[in-house]
Amino acid sequence: MARLNADNEKRARDLIALYPESRSSLIPMLHVAQEQDGWLMPDAIAHVAELLDLTAAEVYGTASFYDMFFTHPVGRHLVSVCTNIACLLNGGFELLEHAEKSLGVSGGGTTHDGEFTLEEVECIALCGEAPCLAVNWRFFGSVTPERFDTLMADLRSGALADEVPPHGTLCRVRRSVGLPAAATPESVTGPEVPSAPGGGRPQSPGTT
Amino acid sequence: MAEQTENKPDTVTITLDGKRVTAKPGEMLIAAAERAGVYIPRFCYHPRMRPVGMCRMCLVEVKGPRGFGLAPACFIPTSEGQEVVTTSPTVKKAQDGVLEFLLVNHPLDCPVCDKGGECPLQDQTVAFGPGETRFVEEKRHWAKPIALSDLVYLDRERCIQCDRCTRFADEVAGDPLIEFVGRGDSIEVNTFPDQPFSSYFSGNTVQLCPVGALLARPYRFKARPWDLEQVESTCTMCSVGCRIAVQSSSNELTRYLGVDSEPVNHGWLCDQGRFSYQYVNSDERISSPLVRKGDELVECSWGEALAATAKALESAKAVHGPGAVAVLGGARLANEDAYAWAKLAKGVLGTDNVDAQLGDGLPAELVLGLPRATIDEACAASAIVLLAPDIKEELPVLYLRLREAAVDKGVPLVELTPQSTGLSRYAKASLSYRPGEAALLAKALVDGATGDVAGSKAAAVNGARALLGDNPVVVLGRPSVAESAASITAAAAALAGLPGVRFLPALRRANVMGALDMGLAPGILPGRVSLDAGRDWFSSVWTTLPTGAGLDAAGILSAAAEGRIQALVLLGADPAADFPDRQLARQALAGAGFVVAVDAFLTESSRQADVVLPAAAFAERHGTTTNIEGRITSLGQKIVPNGVSWPDWMIAVELAARLGTELGFETVEQVWDEVERVAPSHAGITCALLADRRFRDGVTAPLGAAPPAITGTGSAPAPRPALLAFSGEAPAVSLPPLDAYSLRLVSRRTLYGNGTLVQHAPGLAALAKSPCARANPSDLDRLGMGKGGQVRVRSNRANFLIDAEPDPGVPRGSLSLAFNSVDLEGSDAGALIDADAVVTDVRVETP
Ligand code: SF4
Ligand code: SF4
Ligand code: FES
Ligand code: FES
Repeated sequence: MARLNADNEKRARDLIALYPESRSSLIPMLHVAQEQDGWLMPDAIAHVAELLDLTAAEVYGTASFYDMFFTHPVGRHLVSVCTNIACLLNGGFELLEHAEKSLGVSGGGTTHDGEFTLEEVECIALCGEAPCLAVNWRFFGSVTPERFDTLMADLRSGALADEVPPHGTLCRVRRSVGLPAAATPESVTGPEVPSAPGGGRPQSPGTT
Repeated sequence: MAEQTENKPDTVTITLDGKRVTAKPGEMLIAAAERAGVYIPRFCYHPRMRPVGMCRMCLVEVKGPRGFGLAPACFIPTSEGQEVVTTSPTVKKAQDGVLEFLLVNHPLDCPVCDKGGECPLQDQTVAFGPGETRFVEEKRHWAKPIALSDLVYLDRERCIQCDRCTRFADEVAGDPLIEFVGRGDSIEVNTFPDQPFSSYFSGNTVQLCPVGALLARPYRFKARPWDLEQVESTCTMCSVGCRIAVQSSSNELTRYLGVDSEPVNHGWLCDQGRFSYQYVNSDERISSPLVRKGDELVECSWGEALAATAKALESAKAVHGPGAVAVLGGARLANEDAYAWAKLAKGVLGTDNVDAQLGDGLPAELVLGLPRATIDEACAASAIVLLAPDIKEELPVLYLRLREAAVDKGVPLVELTPQSTGLSRYAKASLSYRPGEAALLAKALVDGATGDVAGSKAAAVNGARALLGDNPVVVLGRPSVAESAASITAAAAALAGLPGVRFLPALRRANVMGALDMGLAPGILPGRVSLDAGRDWFSSVWTTLPTGAGLDAAGILSAAAEGRIQALVLLGADPAADFPDRQLARQALAGAGFVVAVDAFLTESSRQADVVLPAAAFAERHGTTTNIEGRITSLGQKIVPNGVSWPDWMIAVELAARLGTELGFETVEQVWDEVERVAPSHAGITCALLADRRFRDGVTAPLGAAPPAITGTGSAPAPRPALLAFSGEAPAVSLPPLDAYSLRLVSRRTLYGNGTLVQHAPGLAALAKSPCARANPSDLDRLGMGKGGQVRVRSNRANFLIDAEPDPGVPRGSLSLAFNSVDLEGSDAGALIDADAVVTDVRVETP
């Protein structure tokens, strides 16, 4: 997909209507675009620009500022390994190293089958269960190298499909701007998020 | 910047480095200090753009409630009693630190950098920097350089993220096509992938960049700044008259830089102007006189060429009368050239068949006779009414000024146009009219509309009318060359009825206003007087005068086509390419008895001449030029004329001599002295006045209050003639009915086109566009061509195949074709247009 589909264009227009300045809806609109394609495809950026009467360069400038917007393709699963202080002390770097070996890519890279993109991130606020990681912004705590491999296998096989939505899926953007939930089946249906495997507190989606 | 309210004082007093200094309230400290003679170093601050406080180079100590603290001088407005220190050890330490940081990633490849030698980063590092850096880490690396557009390259390693280029693109040009991409240590300036920085104003960013990050492709590696010589001059690529510094090295032009002229260009140039120096350097310039031998033009001496020309002029006049001689063009010449040629044509040969415009302008009485506004006055008017071509395409820096007035000062723009323009998106009201119906719409705007008019809704017209206020300025030109001048004259006559209205002409050739001032139009004499009114006065200074008003360009070409013009002089004019009616122009060139072209290039027209006289180009001669406001500025000379080219005035002098008369000039200054003496509108504008630094922005003619009395030459002067005033009479325009199957043609110019000068500037020639027909989507739908595609366009003159594109900016019932596309191969708007018709109707068919 490239430009926003009809549903998402409608969603984008609803977002524009929420703000006195149309440009204020840029970030939520980019989330809609990223949810659609998993990353911000150039045509989607151009489409968002058109809807806001901006140039694509302006939208691109904003999108590229934020780490959680991807202007390059990412795999079906974005694996974000934390190496910030708590995780570092509890083996975050070892986990990252293991992940690199096990997936055969280095930080920022995507596996050949397009299944996984591995990235190193700063604190994702799950310090209590360090070392930890997020997959498509759903959190997994106390990740040992063994658990990492099981997790990847489950993700690959689809066993976790209910818990880990496709990359880009966000609920809170829609909720916090009062938009109806996405109608498309591949998106989650509401603000409820499945609780993370491996116990722990109920997880909230990763971003606002 | 802070708004000034009425009860605020006009000035504030601040203490700057212990001295009391008066400043404007709200003005930024950096500017107040600079006026007081204290230079605070800076990178991101630019007086013509909004401050951003990005680079921190301008840190100074400002006293606050808790004592002195560092603050950016470009971002802190002055206020009463403020205490500021710019030289303390704290400030010095801050400057050292900022520069050390700015250089963390800077490659310091000055020896291979275009900016080296005129680089604010070099200069301020030397003047304010620490001298040493403590950073030993690897610097970041980027591909060097990348192309942002066809004209601008970017070396991202050198960029110090000052935000000048990106602010310019957004705030000033309105083309935010470059942005900061990424963040932190991976930040870069870039475009959206595959969407180049194709802005008409991109070259300004190269001049603005305080380092060598942005580079002009045509100038890259061409010169070192310290090798360049320069002279101040005025751009003559269009009639805005931007001030420039012309730089050269070894008798070759190397670049133009924008000079900040407060009333005109604010330092900006368009890319057409900035890179036009390339044509002067072109190898294809004519370097020697040419004379026709059979089918060929062969080089000859000046003597031979002048003798042949004089003989042709003389015999045409002797056998058929002065009316058999005609002069076309002159709007690209300097004022002095225009005067010399006007004197030769009207005062020696006695012909009034003289026209500087090529059927794409407006009558001289109208342009000279309407009350005139300056650009500043337009930008401060109660409203700006546009009845003009696309200003962005034809007078680019005027577009910047008007855009700024609309966006930053809230001056309402009211546009009367047959097709949307570059200013439409900024217009409070964009009223479209069907070609030929400009006057109906203009009348409705003046008197109010009771029903829909010319394709615009009554409510829209009345809404626009309510915006006009009590001193509107009308920007007046030809919105389309496929709509007759009479139609626009009638509309202008209606608009002249607006209370308090003034006009800013939007005619495009560089010195068209100067040429009209100098009398290069039928029915007028130099100094904005009519032939009749000036007859007595000029009989005392010229030997002869035309007996009555002559023909305009269309009349001259028709007469030539019918064999009634025995000698036709083309003064830098290429009617075959520029006259709207291509067929008539070609027939005229074939039908004229003898054609003399005074030109710098061989064009379609000058190739058909019997004699070609090589004219000196821009920067090869000095003199003066006049912009749309009537502002007279200097043209500087920096290089010697190509080959044996002469300035045009000198050619006129030599021809006159061979006709047995002395024009009486040996230098440009002598020509101007005579202009000042005899041209009523130019009284008092002496060479000395123009050379005075206080008038470096030029002076507008006529001088304000009571111009000094004119002193005639020798004999007692006749009473000074009154300046032209527009009679207010509107020509009758009768519009043929439009049949349901036809579309009315709109034809305008784009900035880069098939023009001789642009085509001889390689950097610009590549940017010219191929022809394309634009129509409203609904009109194309009717043909079953909603998505566009190839169509056949047919008028009663010609038909051809051309690509069509849907464009909602073209109203229903119209078809738009650019007038100056390249690669015409027959699909040419000029082939469709009939000079005698008010409008041109065309059929669009599937091929
Ligand atoms: S390219 Fe030049 S003007 Fe643009 S941000 Fe970098 S240093 Fe400033
Ligand atoms: S706007 Fe006109 S005068 Fe100014 S730089 Fe461009 S071409 Fe030259
Ligand atoms: S440090 Fe890893 S989640 Fe906070
Ligand atoms: S000049 Fe003031 S922060 Fe850059």
